[in-house]
Amino acid sequence: MKALLELIVGDPQADRAVPQSGTTARLTMFVAAVMAFLAVITLAVSLTTNRVASLWAEELAQSATLRLPADPATADALLLSALDVLETTPGISSVRALSQDEQQALLEPWFGPDLPLDALPMPQLIEIVADGDGYDVDGLRARLTAQVPGAILDDHTAWRAPLLDAASRVRLIGWSVILLIGATVAAMIMLAAQASLAANVQVIRVLRLVGAKDVYIARAFVRRFTLRALAGAIAGAIFGAVVVSLMPQGDASGGLLLGVSFVGAEWAWPLLIPVLAAIVAFFATRAAAFRRLREQT
Amino acid sequence: MRGKVRIFGEDAGTLDRDAVAMSRRRIGVVHQDCQFLDHLSIAENIALPLTVSGRSDEAAGNLQELLNWVGLGAQANQLPPELSGGERQRAALARAVIVSPDVIIADEPTGNVDWDMSQRILSLLIELNKMGKTILIATHDLTMIRAAKSDVSARILRLKDGQLMQAGAEL
Repeated sequence: MKALLELIVGDPQADRAVPQSGTTARLTMFVAAVMAFLAVITLAVSLTTNRVASLWAEELAQSATLRLPADPATADALLLSALDVLETTPGISSVRALSQDEQQALLEPWFGPDLPLDALPMPQLIEIVADGDGYDVDGLRARLTAQVPGAILDDHTAWRAPLLDAASRVRLIGWSVILLIGATVAAMIMLAAQASLAANVQVIRVLRLVGAKDVYIARAFVRRFTLRALAGAIAGAIFGAVVVSLMPQGDASGGLLLGVSFVGAEWAWPLLIPVLAAIVAFFATRAAAFRRLREQT
Repeated sequence: MRGKVRIFGEDAGTLDRDAVAMSRRRIGVVHQDCQFLDHLSIAENIALPLTVSGRSDEAAGNLQELLNWVGLGAQANQLPPELSGGERQRAALARAVIVSPDVIIADEPTGNVDWDMSQRILSLLIELNKMGKTILIATHDLTMIRAAKSDVSARILRLKDGQLMQAGAEL
């Protein structure tokens, strides 16, 4: 805590011992700002993807479709049997047979609006909505096989699994990008700090001559680079947050493109990124400074 | 070459980096080519040994007195590049003595100053020696050595071409 306070408040005299360097200061702030901006955008995309995928997966998990054979001779009897089985199955909150218009609307994107549905042997679709706890899918399948021959229950597992898998991968890619951004910030600040240390060999020599410890010399550089990274990252994060807030918004059904945003507590991330950037800069500069000072014995 | 270098009783080869820094605080050094932080004023440069050891508050009291004594009272706020060679040498001496070190090592401390100032510098060094400080001076100025010998008991080592030619109190 004391070290953190010293870092924030600093020793004005110690800070002045190392001359200001305009180029490295601007470079450090620019890199931190750009990386913070990229981190905010990456996080927004990653969190939105995760959120949309979770929503879709949840909706798919709650619903199922039962398809009855397209046989006009047995259609009504099968529908009645199926409804009977479904309505007596625990865990199912509602069951609804799709009307002919609804089924036509489903096929319209593929066959156009003039499809003569009456002339085609169309299977009857039944929409099933589960309640919170869900139902026994295997048990329902067994009962349907016995009582509604030819009925096919689609519980959307085939759709849901790849969706969840894709969302998981996008999330993983997002965090990998964040880690790469952090590593890039560390590397760039380390380079800038080393350049600054190399440019101040004469200053370091004089400070050593008058009895300055390594920690005193390093602190001036560490504090300077940490505060520059913090300032740059604050600017980048604010810009990133503004860009995210200006993205066109829509409900989850609009997909990823209409939903890139932070929701609720997720807005804490843009606040946290400058702090993380400062922590990265602190340790990167500290490591560079002590290594360089040991080399300059 | 063999042997050990001992600094204040400690083997220099076994001192860690912080211990070396602490030892430097007990040794004031005046180089022939005086090095300063060119972006700081002369007053800040002279106070630097106090600053790095966390004793900045001690500077206010005796800094102006020290500046006046070495004849730099009017140049306190000037930057080192704005000073002449002699003024820089005096500033280096002031910086070396401000923390009242146990040992002062001076390389040609009067090399770039006039006679009057060289006498004042010598007087300061003699005064410090009488206070118990060890003063080590490397110089070509025999007049200064003779002047010093008349006031204090000095041990003189005469070197020529890297060889010790004479050791003792006599020239």
